[in-house]
Amino acid sequence: MKKKLIKIWHWVDDRGGLSELFKPLTTHLVPPGAKWNYVWGSATLFCLIVQVLTGIALAFLYQPSADVAYQSLQYIENQALWGSFIRGLHNWGASGMVFLMGMHMIRVYINAAYKYPREMSWITGVILMGVTIVMAFTGQLLRWDNNGVWSAVVAAEQLGRIPLVGSSLAYFLLGGTTVGGETLNRFFAMHVFLFPAILFSIVGFHLYLVFRNGISEPPKAGRPVDPKTYRKWYKDMLQQKGVPFFPNAIWRDAVFSLFVLVVLVCLAIFVGAPELTSAPDLTNVDADPKPDWYFTWIFALFALMPRQIESYVIFFGPLIGIIVLFSVPFLSNKGERSPLRRPWAMGGILFIIVSICGLWYIGIKAPWSPHFNAKPLSEYSTVPKPSEEVKKGISLFNTMGCIYCHKIGDQGGIRGPELTDVQNRLTHDQMIIRIANGAENMPAYGGSLKKEEMEAIVSFLLQNKKQNSIE
Amino acid sequence: MSCECERNKPLMERRSFLNKIVFGVGGIIGTVLSLPLIMAMLDPVLRDRGEKWRQVADLSEFKPGETKMVKFKNASPYNWGKKIADTAAYLRQEPDGGFIAFSVNCAHLGCPVRWEQRSELFLCPCHGGVYYKDGSRAAGPPPRGLYTYPVRVQGNHIEIQTSSLPITDINA
Repeated sequence: MKKKLIKIWHWVDDRGGLSELFKPLTTHLVPPGAKWNYVWGSATLFCLIVQVLTGIALAFLYQPSADVAYQSLQYIENQALWGSFIRGLHNWGASGMVFLMGMHMIRVYINAAYKYPREMSWITGVILMGVTIVMAFTGQLLRWDNNGVWSAVVAAEQLGRIPLVGSSLAYFLLGGTTVGGETLNRFFAMHVFLFPAILFSIVGFHLYLVFRNGISEPPKAGRPVDPKTYRKWYKDMLQQKGVPFFPNAIWRDAVFSLFVLVVLVCLAIFVGAPELTSAPDLTNVDADPKPDWYFTWIFALFALMPRQIESYVIFFGPLIGIIVLFSVPFLSNKGERSPLRRPWAMGGILFIIVSICGLWYIGIKAPWSPHFNAKPLSEYSTVPKPSEEVKKGISLFNTMGCIYCHKIGDQGGIRGPELTDVQNRLTHDQMIIRIANGAENMPAYGGSLKKEEMEAIVSFLLQNKKQNSIE
Repeated sequence: MSCECERNKPLMERRSFLNKIVFGVGGIIGTVLSLPLIMAMLDPVLRDRGEKWRQVADLSEFKPGETKMVKFKNASPYNWGKKIADTAAYLRQEPDGGFIAFSVNCAHLGCPVRWEQRSELFLCPCHGGVYYKDGSRAAGPPPRGLYTYPVRVQGNHIEIQTSSLPITDINA
């Protein structure tokens, strides 16, 4: 039996040339120092594999039609065998892929692995990042609930800022001049067929480049890259000290991928995919479209920048970002690779990481969003023994929407300044002026409040104890 | 040597001719095969939808100074679109009796604004844009006021003309 199997294998291998095909990959030599810092790329690829498998699984259950997609999502989430887990794994696999891709890119940048002769690896990597972001975004829209459709509108608006062709591109994205029956199918076709095809071909090329140019050796201060001698030096180094990729290097990739899988499975089981909001309906304005976590920092940027320049930033920001990313290997493709000898490059990446993390932090808090569900102030617990006028002021503070943006005690939004102690900062007249005229981020209430109503609100605001009379 | 080249000349010419044929044929095949893809992507975009007047309310439903949300169907939606083909607008009767219809999309990034009856403001949940009852910008990041739809009164009915989703461009 065993002999027979071996014979069959020999026939397959002789006619199919499988050993010939894979032998160079298994005997491929890598630098001896390529250790745990080299697992990020393979882990990103592993996430892609997770996405392909869970994606195919979801495609068996999902109905890509504007009318019933939401129902099929409900079915996947609540009834299908393992449906909720599959959806959770696909969701967290996407998060993992974006995160690990970011780590991979930062690692490559810090070690300057993009320098000669690996410039093409960087360039294809930047394209892969772009395609991955498109995949993440189109995937987010396939979660076709009310926030999903409104996110499609927001995406179209952002494209609209591109000069001259902006609105055409926006309508192209939506598949018409409004969101409609064709919109979801476009995102489905892009997410499931078009961009995966592009992604796979570039991933193939990216991997081919790893084998062609070799894995970059860990950098050493004082050992600059010289394009004239590098290839020969690298070849000699491998001949002397190189270790076979299989199994000396790949075992770490395998172990780390298993770790990633465990983390993803735990997240899928214990956290799950984002909860579905109400059914998609563009006449339901009770929506609060927020991007998934990897875009939260961009969301924060849009809220915080001065509005006079915003339209330009929405267009030029990504454009400059793309140009800078593509030009990295051309700005310096030789010389020192060690981060110790590239203080400006390290300062730059640190600055970018800190900025993005800062924007992330603010983006999660979203202090610019009015809190529509803020708990109204109660006249009984707010001010001790309020006069009739103060009671009226408290009630107006609730009904006029002041509370959506201003905090008093521990109730209310944080868009505007907290007003608990405003009596110590502003006089009666200053308050009247501010309420009547508004400010950059506050509407003027002069038109909608009567004079005595304004007085009532101000006499409430002037109270010394505006929170919890009980304490 | 030279005679060798002379002998090969027809062969080389033939090869360069075949090269051209391969690239030419490849180009034609590529073009033909990419056309279905391009056409399918463009069809929904290029389809002529026209603009249609949709009845949204009766005159009797409004008092001067009142703002209400109305809903209507987009121009020529697909059969299978069902509810997703509906659009909402805020219809306001001005004190002088005339009507004005605002798009529910914030002029900043298109999020749905909510009408706050008591304070007479439109508030956006995304980045805190605010508009007055006349649609003009009151606060926050929007670069302009709310977009409007054409409105007309036909007998007893108020009608709104369907329009494209308003897209704010870089110059706004």
